[in-house]
Amino acid sequence: MTKTIGAVTGVNGNMVTARAQGTVSMNEVAYIAAGSGAGAKRLKSEVIRIRGDVVQVQVFEMTKGIKIGDAVEFTDEMLSVELGPGLLGQVFDGLQNPLPKVAEATGNFLEPGVYLEALPRERKWAFTPAAKAGDRLERADLVGTVPEGSFTHRVMVPFQLLGTYSLKWVAPAGEYGVDEVVARLDDGKGKEIPLTMSFRWPVKRGVDCFAERLRPTEPMVTKTRIIDTFFPVGRGGTYCIPGPFGAGKTVLQQVTSRNADVDIVIIAACGERAGEVVETLKEFPELLDPRTGRSLMERTVIICNTSSMPVAAREASVYTAVTIAEYYRQMGLHVLLLADSTSRWAQAMREMSGRLEEIPGEEAFPAYLESVIAGFYERAGIVRLKDGSTGSVTIGGTVSPAGGNFEEPVTQATLKVVGSFHGLSRERSDARKYPAIHPLDSWSKYEGIMNREAVDYAHRFLSRGAEVGQMMKVVGEEGTSLEDYLVYLKGEFLDAAYLQQNSFDPVDCAMSPERQRHVFKLVLEILAAQIGASDKEDARSWFYRLRQGFLDYNGAEWRSERFSALEKDIRSLLAQRVKGADPRGSRLIERLE
Amino acid sequence: MKKVYSRIESITGNVISVRADDVAYGELAEVSTRFGPSLAEVIRLDSGLVSLQVFAGGRGISTGDEVVFLGHPMRVSFSEDLLGRIFDGAGEPRDGGPRLAENLVAVGGPSVNPSKRIIPREMIRTGIPMIDLFNSLVKSQKLPIFSVSGEPYNQLLARIAMQAEVDLIVLGGMGLKHDDYLYFRETLESGGAISKTIMFVHTAADPVVECLMVPDVSLAVAERFALKGKNVLVLLTDMTNFSDALKEIAITQEQVPSNRGYPGDLYSQLAARYEKAVDFSDAGSITILAVTTMPGDDVTHPVPDNTGYITEGQYYLKGGRIEPFGSLSRLKQQVNGKTRPDHRGIMDGMIKLYAAYKDTLEKKSMGFQMTAWDQKLLRYGEAFEREMMDLSVKIELEAALDKGWAILADCFEPQETGLRTDLIDKYWPKKTA
Repeated sequence: MTKTIGAVTGVNGNMVTARAQGTVSMNEVAYIAAGSGAGAKRLKSEVIRIRGDVVQVQVFEMTKGIKIGDAVEFTDEMLSVELGPGLLGQVFDGLQNPLPKVAEATGNFLEPGVYLEALPRERKWAFTPAAKAGDRLERADLVGTVPEGSFTHRVMVPFQLLGTYSLKWVAPAGEYGVDEVVARLDDGKGKEIPLTMSFRWPVKRGVDCFAERLRPTEPMVTKTRIIDTFFPVGRGGTYCIPGPFGAGKTVLQQVTSRNADVDIVIIAACGERAGEVVETLKEFPELLDPRTGRSLMERTVIICNTSSMPVAAREASVYTAVTIAEYYRQMGLHVLLLADSTSRWAQAMREMSGRLEEIPGEEAFPAYLESVIAGFYERAGIVRLKDGSTGSVTIGGTVSPAGGNFEEPVTQATLKVVGSFHGLSRERSDARKYPAIHPLDSWSKYEGIMNREAVDYAHRFLSRGAEVGQMMKVVGEEGTSLEDYLVYLKGEFLDAAYLQQNSFDPVDCAMSPERQRHVFKLVLEILAAQIGASDKEDARSWFYRLRQGFLDYNGAEWRSERFSALEKDIRSLLAQRVKGADPRGSRLIERLE
Repeated sequence: MKKVYSRIESITGNVISVRADDVAYGELAEVSTRFGPSLAEVIRLDSGLVSLQVFAGGRGISTGDEVVFLGHPMRVSFSEDLLGRIFDGAGEPRDGGPRLAENLVAVGGPSVNPSKRIIPREMIRTGIPMIDLFNSLVKSQKLPIFSVSGEPYNQLLARIAMQAEVDLIVLGGMGLKHDDYLYFRETLESGGAISKTIMFVHTAADPVVECLMVPDVSLAVAERFALKGKNVLVLLTDMTNFSDALKEIAITQEQVPSNRGYPGDLYSQLAARYEKAVDFSDAGSITILAVTTMPGDDVTHPVPDNTGYITEGQYYLKGGRIEPFGSLSRLKQQVNGKTRPDHRGIMDGMIKLYAAYKDTLEKKSMGFQMTAWDQKLLRYGEAFEREMMDLSVKIELEAALDKGWAILADCFEPQETGLRTDLIDKYWPKKTA
């Protein structure tokens, strides 16, 4: 087949129109040869519409300098990423260019048209064969392994090789680079296929080499109390965090990326501030992963396409991220993908849709917004692999709704497809109640670490407490009964002592499930207790003391002497006032044992 | 010899189109109109048809006017000669001085590689206590000043330009009233800051396309100075006018609007400018302070809303003062631990007491009895507003901290302030007999 070529006939923003001769496929990568002499560069682009011989491409770079008649070269390859050992710990842009290496090549600025290989070429990996000559292999089957950080990286038959092959030769154990041939397959028709440790996979196709997709039943622990206890996220599930600016979306994502109980974290910084990525970039290598004792960076991949980087690559970045996540899932690992922010990705689609002059939907977003968002989140999942092990991809996306109003198309389209909703509220962040997840608006369809009924019981105090609080605004404290007032105080107490968590406190920032269960039980005892109080002032000051006790208690090292001493203080404070207990609450507490 | 095109095919608003070949996207052209030559920028190529936005506007352009393509994109001259000068959005002198044409640099260049950025670490002192003490401005920060029309935001900018400890100021004015332009010029001249200032000014009477160029030329010049090791403060006023100019061009171009008529790429357009703020590890820095007026005091309006998602905090200018509650510098924690040990204590303590004062004011307005504590708060609140919040106060951070202690000591007993005991022991003013 001959290479298809074409010539530019129009430029509008980052959309270029070209006339092509030969076959062109949708989402194929094309390069535009712009400029001449020293300024000549090849700009990467993706085919997004074909009409006869007129092809429209979105360019992943600034289009300044492109002229009518510039040559366009079609590659016949879909936009793809390179998969293999050496991805962990790296920082890529949306097209998988390693940014530190780009900086070595071009200095402070991201010059257009510079594309570098994603995997380190100079590095050798200790390969151990796992298959032997004569084995019948299919795609994603194990050929051998290499150690990558604390993981066993599986070298697999490339996912795009359909059919069954027999293994003719596999390299003996030893040190190999990613480009060296480590195995040869025979397709049974006499054709030999050499395999290296790396291969490419198109980003917009989900990796589907597994035996079965399972339902997420186990929780993915984040060590944030309000999430794990009240609005849990399933391993292999999806969740979203919408919130106005300044409500703490990014801080919450950063805390989760540090503490989440998963093997690998992929951070897709999509169209947000560069400064925030820099924080992660500079801090993660210094922080230790409590699970392995190694640097957090070793389990992290950052895909970063910040707000001033070209818009079309922003759209690609979330797909690059999810593809790398799926690749590690194929190794039986649990991966968490954090996308911040999916609204910027949706806006990138809107810009392109406008240039294509498509008929706009709501707020000028394209009509296919919902299906594209659904398709992205559906790439999450927990799967049983062919060797019986399980791997998962969990996706958490932030949404930045215009004006903080959740009734906008991106938030609504996301809510339809996710399993858990953590809505951040301006009201809570203004009151410095962090994490600002609103306990009455948020929901989760997943099973958490705690008995559902007990959680619902506690949640009732929040909603009833809020009702009483509303009423009090109208009738004043005087018009509220002591009984109602106690419910209100209990709700406030649950909020302050359990839902709020100090992400800057070294102990409080991450609470193990074991400790959450222990503390939650104590909280339930307080909620279920009938508290004796002479009047409202008396009740309030008692609850304030209790709350103060809890703040210290939450900051004490788990199982330390101080922890036990503080718990004893809380219990004795409780014993002074408790007059009995709600039978339903007591039953639930017993069941928690 | 450059080819001259003398047949303009269409004129819509400020956009003209001609049939021409070998034209690059983003290239500049010169259009000779009956009012003299004007620059124009290529904004669309469609087969042989080239669309250009004319800097001087479409008014009076005839289909017979001549168009010459210049073969390069928008550039601005960069040298030390820029200092003290005033230009318009197209880079033409506004102050009667000579045209500058040497060492031209392209505007709107590529963005900085995130892996080359560093965590911000230095404070910019402005001598304004509401900034230095309560919401410190940090080198490489991008901060908008959210304000309503009629607030003294340009006065505030001018004060910052005079007082900020930076090497260089670039002031970009968009849709400025002519009076405001003169005010800036006179203030900076009489204050002696003009020699370290470069101004790019588009006034409300100038063609709208030039308004779009102001942030780009300002930031391109700032970037060059930063790369030479200078710490540059870029002051932009008013970004809402810039956004409105974007809207105007988008609508005449028949683009589908997204929200209240603004184009769908408003966020990206604003971000591309604000993200120019940077601290180079091996050179200088760019810090951006930009006025964003909020139509109808509505922070959910698309311009302030998109801005808030991009910037690192915001200053609210309300009632002639920087409002302490809505204002936030997201980067202040990076620097205010390194100034004086009592900085954070005074910052939090005084704001908490000021919040209590606001509650008391509300109680008072509803006619409740004022307790002794309320009286103390009222006294404190008035002192705080007079000696800290008032925009005319100019004191160094250390002096502002001392003044904070003096106000507290004047109004309260030490234990009433909620400040840490070790700080009180060290800083509480000793009563002189």
